[in-house]
Amino acid sequence: MSDRQQIFDIVAAQIAPFNKKGIDLAETTTFAGDLEWDSLTVMDFVAAVEDEFDIVITMNMQAEIETVGQLVDAVGKLKA
Amino acid sequence: MTDLFSKFDPLIQQREALLATGVKDPFSLVMEEVKSPTVAICNGRETILLGTYNYMGMTFDDDVIAAGKKALEEFGSGTTGSRVLNGTYQGHRDVEQALKDFYAMDHAMVFSTGYQANLGIISTIAGKGDYIILDIDSHASIYDGCKMGDAEIVAFRHNDIEALEKRLKRLPPEAGKLVVLEGVYSMLGDVAPLKEMIRVSKEAGAMILVDEAHSMGFIGPNGRGVAEDQGVLDQVDFVIGTFSKSVGTVGGFCVSNHPKFEILRLVCRPYVFTASLPPSVVATAATSIRKLMHGSNKRAHLWENSRKLHGGLKALGFTLGTDEPQSAIIAVIMPDLERGAAMWEALLAEGLYVNLARPPATPANMTLLRCSLCAEHSSEQVDQILGMFAAAGRKVGIIG
Repeated sequence: MSDRQQIFDIVAAQIAPFNKKGIDLAETTTFAGDLEWDSLTVMDFVAAVEDEFDIVITMNMQAEIETVGQLVDAVGKLKA
Repeated sequence: MTDLFSKFDPLIQQREALLATGVKDPFSLVMEEVKSPTVAICNGRETILLGTYNYMGMTFDDDVIAAGKKALEEFGSGTTGSRVLNGTYQGHRDVEQALKDFYAMDHAMVFSTGYQANLGIISTIAGKGDYIILDIDSHASIYDGCKMGDAEIVAFRHNDIEALEKRLKRLPPEAGKLVVLEGVYSMLGDVAPLKEMIRVSKEAGAMILVDEAHSMGFIGPNGRGVAEDQGVLDQVDFVIGTFSKSVGTVGGFCVSNHPKFEILRLVCRPYVFTASLPPSVVATAATSIRKLMHGSNKRAHLWENSRKLHGGLKALGFTLGTDEPQSAIIAVIMPDLERGAAMWEALLAEGLYVNLARPPATPANMTLLRCSLCAEHSSEQVDQILGMFAAAGRKVGIIG
């Protein structure tokens, strides 16, 4: 399994508890549109991802991240 | 053509739906006459004011009013200029000296509003490559200060010491860091664990800014705020405050012991590129601040009021923002916006004004009726207030 796939799987596992509508996750799934998350959910989720990977995702970066794929790429970069 | 206003459609619809239920617009109340710090005439009716942040009741203080009148007559109605050009009068220097004396700090810089103080200080001192670490429930002026600057912004869960510490440890050790905290958070009226937060911030080499807008004048042995109360004011690098609450007029400030602080007067754009406060305003502020230094009896009465209202509302069965009264703000949590607006209107009909606070200004999408007490509220007024809450709460069906 590639590193990227591994990150994707971990991120998907982190999304699960917040995925109230049971949306199928893909690279292009959006947090605001498809998952319909509000700012509070985003905050809890970001904190969970940060703790899982021991990274900080600044609000500047969060503003650029709209899809699951973009988040996986950002985590990959931050971990490198 | 795209109508630039189409982005506001959801809010316009929400507002129309709310007004269609028959409630008055809670955001267009007019105070027709103001009798005192605690009483005004609204819709022709005498109304007790319980949502003004006028904590120490200085707005009608005789000495404050006399100082304002004198300055208005001697220095005119306005400065028509920036602090760094023609807008620094003797009064501006006097109010900065009053602040230095009040906080026992070396430097004080006065802005035209509290909003501009946060906007200016935060955007100026944290630049490209620096990090600002802030509580997620921070005031809009703090967020806007972050947005205006070039720093990287990191948020942590409200009042969570461990979340703050973890994030600080993940940041590059050599990067400049500013931790931004508030003494009292205005939505729920809860106090920050500043002592612990400042300890972990200092260990990570961060500078600390604390906004004490909602604590000045009555929290801490000398009314200097929550940091003083918790014995850590000497470790705070920048205190932000306002004249529009306990001081009783308008304006904002930053006080600091940083040896290079004065350079901010030349580089802080919200300080430079705006007109300074009118002479009457700085004169009333200076007089009020000096009187607040000796306000221990008023402080004690304000705390009595806060405890009495908190305990009374709890006994009536309302859900409150904090288990114990932590400040002069008591937040009553409403089940939803519709019933919150109905309760707000019912209270107004009883003759009581409180703030209706709703998302996105509130944490956790709550609708709140926010009460802020005044040292000039009499004990009898607090009894009356409780009676009004009981009657309105039963009418709207919030309590049994």
